[in-house]
Amino acid sequence: MTTLNIDIKEEQRKAQAEVEKQGLRVLVCCGTGCMANGSLNVIKKFEELGANVSILGDYEKLTIVPTGCHGFCEQGVLVIIPQTHTAYVKVKPEDVEEIVESHIKGGKPVERLLYTDPKTNQKVQKSEDINFYAKQTRTALANCGHINAESLDEAIAVRGYEALANVLKENNPDAVIDTIVKSGLRGRGGGGFPTGLKWKFTAANRGGKSYVVCNGDEGDPGAFMDRSVMEGDPHKLLEGIAIAAFAIGADEAYIYVRAEYPLAIQRLRKAIKDAEERHFLGKNIMGSEFNLEIHIKEGAGAFVCGEETALMASIEGERGMPRPKPPFPANKGLFGRPTLINNVETLANVPVIMLKGADWFASMGTETSKGTKTFALTGEVNNTGLIEVPMGTTLREIVFDIGGGIRGGKKFKAVQIGGPSGGCLTEEHLDIPMDYDNLTKAGAMVGSGGLVVMAEDTCIVEVARFFMNFTQNESCGKCVPCREGTKNMLKILEKIVAGKGEMSDLDLLEELAVAVKDGSLCGLGKTAPNPVLSTLKYFKDEYISHIKDKKCPAGVCTAMKKIVINPELCRGCTKCARTCPVGAIEGELKQVHKINQDKCIKCEACLNGCPFKAIGKE
Amino acid sequence: MSVESHQKIDTMKLDSIMAQYNYDKANLIAILQAVQAEFKYLPEDAIIYIGTKIEGLSPATVYGVATFYAQFSLEPKGKYEIKCCDGTACHVRGSMPVLNAIKSRLKLKDGQMTTDDGMFSVETVSCLGACGLAPVVVINEKVYPQMTSDAVKIVLDTLMSEGK
Repeated sequence: MTTLNIDIKEEQRKAQAEVEKQGLRVLVCCGTGCMANGSLNVIKKFEELGANVSILGDYEKLTIVPTGCHGFCEQGVLVIIPQTHTAYVKVKPEDVEEIVESHIKGGKPVERLLYTDPKTNQKVQKSEDINFYAKQTRTALANCGHINAESLDEAIAVRGYEALANVLKENNPDAVIDTIVKSGLRGRGGGGFPTGLKWKFTAANRGGKSYVVCNGDEGDPGAFMDRSVMEGDPHKLLEGIAIAAFAIGADEAYIYVRAEYPLAIQRLRKAIKDAEERHFLGKNIMGSEFNLEIHIKEGAGAFVCGEETALMASIEGERGMPRPKPPFPANKGLFGRPTLINNVETLANVPVIMLKGADWFASMGTETSKGTKTFALTGEVNNTGLIEVPMGTTLREIVFDIGGGIRGGKKFKAVQIGGPSGGCLTEEHLDIPMDYDNLTKAGAMVGSGGLVVMAEDTCIVEVARFFMNFTQNESCGKCVPCREGTKNMLKILEKIVAGKGEMSDLDLLEELAVAVKDGSLCGLGKTAPNPVLSTLKYFKDEYISHIKDKKCPAGVCTAMKKIVINPELCRGCTKCARTCPVGAIEGELKQVHKINQDKCIKCEACLNGCPFKAIGKE
Repeated sequence: MSVESHQKIDTMKLDSIMAQYNYDKANLIAILQAVQAEFKYLPEDAIIYIGTKIEGLSPATVYGVATFYAQFSLEPKGKYEIKCCDGTACHVRGSMPVLNAIKSRLKLKDGQMTTDDGMFSVETVSCLGACGLAPVVVINEKVYPQMTSDAVKIVLDTLMSEGK
C-alpha cells in the first residue's frame, strides 16, 4: 500500500460541487461534425442571450458547456439540457433565442427542434427515448458529450482518475494485469488480441526503460470513434495510459495521433498540461513513486502507420514501414525497448474496468468477446453517427433500430465492416451476433468498427475497386506481394468497372487475392484482399453482369451507363439541350430530343432537370 | 542546386525550427510539418539543408520521409487548400461528383493540383473522420458538410470573390 497525498474522493466532491454551481447546464456538442455545422456560433448566441436570463425552475444560473461528440452527427448541432431531459437537434444560431425564451425562461420546450422519429413521425423529447440512443450501452464513450472536454474538474466529477488513484494506492501492478486479463478485454483496433496478455508479455520485461504507445492513427476511412474519445473525453484516455504504464513499469508514453485530427491534438495537449499541474501525471503522481511523461506525436498521413511496427518507425522519425515479427514490440519495440501498444478505444475501457471490476465488464458481450464496442455508422442509413453497443448485438438492431433503416426507403444491400481490411455482410448476416469470431467466420472483421451501409443503388464492384485503390495507394512498398499484388488486383477491377472485363479475370483476381493475403508482411497486405474476396463470395452475380452483360445493376459505373430520352414522354421543351454542358443533346423545339452517346459524358445534368421526367438511365 | 535558389530559402528560419526540436532525428516528421506550415510546402533546398544539418540524417533520408507521407507536398500549395474527402462514407454518398465539380470550376487539367494563379490547390484525402456529414470538403481547416456539386461551386465562387 502507498499513501497518496491527493484524496481523490475529496477532489471528486469538490469538483462535483463546482459542477453543481453551474446551475442549469446547456450542453452544446463541439465534436468535429457539430463544429462544422456551426456549434461555436450557437454557443456565442447562447452567451449573448444567457447573461440576463431568469432561470427555469430552481436554477440560479445557466452555464453553456461545450462538450465532445454526442455521436448523433447527422442531427447536429445537438443541444442537450440534461436537467430537463431535453435534446434539441439541428439547432442553428437563430433558434437559440426561442430556446431561451420559451424553454429556459418559460419552461416550455421548443417542439419544432425536437427529434422526429422517422418511423412514427412523432416528436421525441428525451435523448434516452430516441431510438438511436435507447439501444446503446456506452462505456468507452460514457462521458463523451456529457462533460466539458476541456475541463479537468468535470472529468474528476465523473470519477476521472479515481481508478488510477486506487491502483497507485494498492501498488500492485500484477493485480492490475490480472483484472484486465479477467475482464476479457480484446484490442479494439482491429486484431482483437487479448489486451491482458499483451500487458503480461510486456510486463515480463520490467526493470529497464519501457514505453506505452497509444495508437490513435485511426486511418480506416469511415471510422471516427478514437477521434471522438480523444476530443470528447481526453482525460479518460490519459488515465487508461497511466494505468497501463504503471502495470508494465513504463515511465514514458506516446500518443500517436493523425494530423488530420487537429482538434483531438489540441484537446489532448491541454488535458496533459492540466493533469500535470494537478499531479495526476508527471513526476511522483499523486505523491506516489510513479512517474509518467506523455508525449503527443502527430502522424503525417500514412494508413500503414496503424500497423504497430510501422507506427514505431514513424515515432522514431522514419518512414512508416513495418518490419517482420518477432521480435514483438513487447520485447523489442520503440527505440529498441519493450513497448506496449494499445489502441485508443482499448485504453479508454481500462479505467472503467478498474472501477467497476472485471466481472462487470465480462458480463457484457458474448462468450469470446466481452464488453462493448463502438461502431461508426455511416453511409445510406437514416441516423449516421457514432454508437456503442454490447458485443453480440446483431447487424439488424444496429442498422434498422439504431440507424433507423435505409435512407429514402431504399432497399438494404450490404454493410461494409472494418474498412479496407474488412469485408461485406449481406442480408443473410443481419441476425448473427456480431463479435470478433463470428465476423471472422463470415469473412469480415470487426476492424476498427467502421460500418458503411450500402443500399440497392451502390455498386459492389465499384466499392471493391474503391477499397483496392485505397490499399494500393497506402501500400508502403516494402514487400512484393502487397506492392505488386494490390496494383494488379486494382488493374483488373478497373478493367471490370470500365466494362472491359473477361470471365477469366475473376479467377485471376481470386488467385492474386489469396497470394497477397498469404504472402504479405503486415496486416495491411494480409487483409487488403478481404473486400474483393467477400464481394466475390456474396455478389458474384454483379461481377458477372459487369463482364458478360456489360451492365452495372446499380447504375453507378459510368462506362456502362447510358442516358436516354423516352420519346413518349419528351415534349421537346429544349431544356435538356440547353443544360447539357457538352452539347450532346440534339432536337428541334417541340420535337423529340435525342442524346448523342458519343458526346455524352454521363453527368446526369439533363436527367435531374427534365420537367417531364423523360430522361432516364439504361 | 544553383546558388541562386539557395539564397531564396530562409536558413535562419529552418535553424530555429530545428533548434526547437533539438536537432533530433526522431523529431524529423515534426520538423518537416513545421517547415511545411511555414513555407506551405517542402522546398527542395530545405530538404537538403535539414538532411545535412541533423546528425544521423542525409538529404536522401529526409527526401524518403518527405515523399512517404501523404501530408507532405514538394510543390507549393494554393492560398486555399481544398481537401476533398474520399473516405468510404463520403465516397458512397457521392464525393466524386463533388471533386469533379471543383476541378471543372477551377479549370484544372488532369493531374494538375494547383491552379495557375496559385489561389487554389485540390487534393483528395482518405478520411477526415466527419463521416456523419458526408460528403465533406475542407478548405483551410474549415469543414463544409454535406456537399453537392452545386453547393461546392457556390463555396468556390464566394472564396474567389473574397480572394480578389
